[in-house]
Amino acid sequence: MALSSVLQSESADFSFNIDRSFSFGCGFGQTDLGFGAAPGDRLNFAIKASLGPDDKDGPERKIEFLHGTTTLAFKFQHGVIVAVDSRATAGAYIASQTVKKVIEINPYLLGTMAGGAADCSFWERLLARQCRVYELRNKERISVAAASKLLANMVYQYKGMGLSMGTMVCGWDKRGPGLYYVDSEGNRVCGDLFAVGSGSMYAYGVVDSGLRQDLSVEEACELGRRAIYQATYRDAYSGGQVNLYHVHSEGWTRVSQEDVLKLHHQYQEPKK
Amino acid sequence: MVEYAQEAVKKGSTAVGIRGKDIVVLGVEKKSVAKLQEERTVRKICTLDDHVCMAFAGLTADARIVINRARVECQSHRLTVEDPVTVEYITRHIATLKQRYTQSNGRRPFGISALIVGFDCDGTPRLYQTDPSGTYHAWKANAIGRSAKTVREFLEKNYTDEAIATDNESIKLAIKALLEVVQSGGKNIELAVIRRNQPLKLLESKELETLVTEIEKEDEAEKKKQKKST
Repeated sequence: MALSSVLQSESADFSFNIDRSFSFGCGFGQTDLGFGAAPGDRLNFAIKASLGPDDKDGPERKIEFLHGTTTLAFKFQHGVIVAVDSRATAGAYIASQTVKKVIEINPYLLGTMAGGAADCSFWERLLARQCRVYELRNKERISVAAASKLLANMVYQYKGMGLSMGTMVCGWDKRGPGLYYVDSEGNRVCGDLFAVGSGSMYAYGVVDSGLRQDLSVEEACELGRRAIYQATYRDAYSGGQVNLYHVHSEGWTRVSQEDVLKLHHQYQEPKK
Repeated sequence: MVEYAQEAVKKGSTAVGIRGKDIVVLGVEKKSVAKLQEERTVRKICTLDDHVCMAFAGLTADARIVINRARVECQSHRLTVEDPVTVEYITRHIATLKQRYTQSNGRRPFGISALIVGFDCDGTPRLYQTDPSGTYHAWKANAIGRSAKTVREFLEKNYTDEAIATDNESIKLAIKALLEVVQSGGKNIELAVIRRNQPLKLLESKELETLVTEIEKEDEAEKKKQKKST
């Protein structure tokens, strides 16, 4: 994502959003994590963009929460597991340990938050309104594909204007479990597993090694919980609590909310 | 203004639609074509998408616009919702379009009634009728255009579960309905069918002729039976 914003500003003269502090972690599927800046950049990205905007804008530092985060979702035979942390940071300051990063769009659709909190919650609430109108007009629930497409199209109109949002739309419709990654760059990708945020790489490591299609519900929940925990262990910008949701054919259920410290003792105890 | 549009519809050539169990049938009265005119340019049955098609009665020029908008909407729906339209959705879209023209400045209503048929994703056959005022209703069988009343009465008498039991029977019912009001038999009828998961198919004149002769034979057999019983 850092790379694409660089490319954009090089080609478009008017986008001087120098303090567009995307967390590089918001990007999905990028080969470089945005740690280094490409040569010839006008913009000097700090190692973690969320550390704040450029020196130029020193005193006008924007407070942007949620750039550091870990959110993850994966499909398995019994539906979709959604697991998120709950830490919000502004630079090196931990603004909150109890942020709700999962937005309940409707009883069978969930959206995760990564990036700008205001952007995520606003657009996802707007999505909830659109989904409800669709349901009323067409007398049937909206599909996950359609909901994610609505969100992607809404946000695409603001492409290049500084929105920062990396969300996963998760739900169950007549085609079965659905999982889409949508971000403010206009990406919309269907997949079986996504992790978004600064701690996503750590989470991927855990989930990739433990994911099988034939997991039971408890095993899958534990996998999601463990993945987020490991990410919070290593990533400074993730922490707080692990919020776990399970989406099944009847809708979503909130499985658990556990403090990371408690999980730490739980996992580390047996080693002693 | 809507009344004038409805008058225009009443002067248009008849169209009939029948909803069977696994098939939907559209039949229209073909206007006799002048000698030098190419037959193919006069088509009153059109596809809106792979699984939906419509026939209309009224002003052909108005119909072209409506059909065009409907076709675009079918594709836009596929783009945004990643699913084909339901017959009800596209009917609602057409009806809303028509209604808008009854309530805006400087525009006149569309002078067509449409019969929209097709199958939904789940396989249910559907038949809807719209009129110039923008209302729409679902029907089991309906007719629009010049002699709509006569045809509808015929259908009310003859639309039974037996009559639509097979695909062939449904097609014959449509032909019989049109034969009531059309002058000279198979030559002036155009028939199209959609079967589940198959695109629209226009019946060729040979097939029509065979079916018409079949119907005539059946009719004669019926008359003979009645004579014998009396």
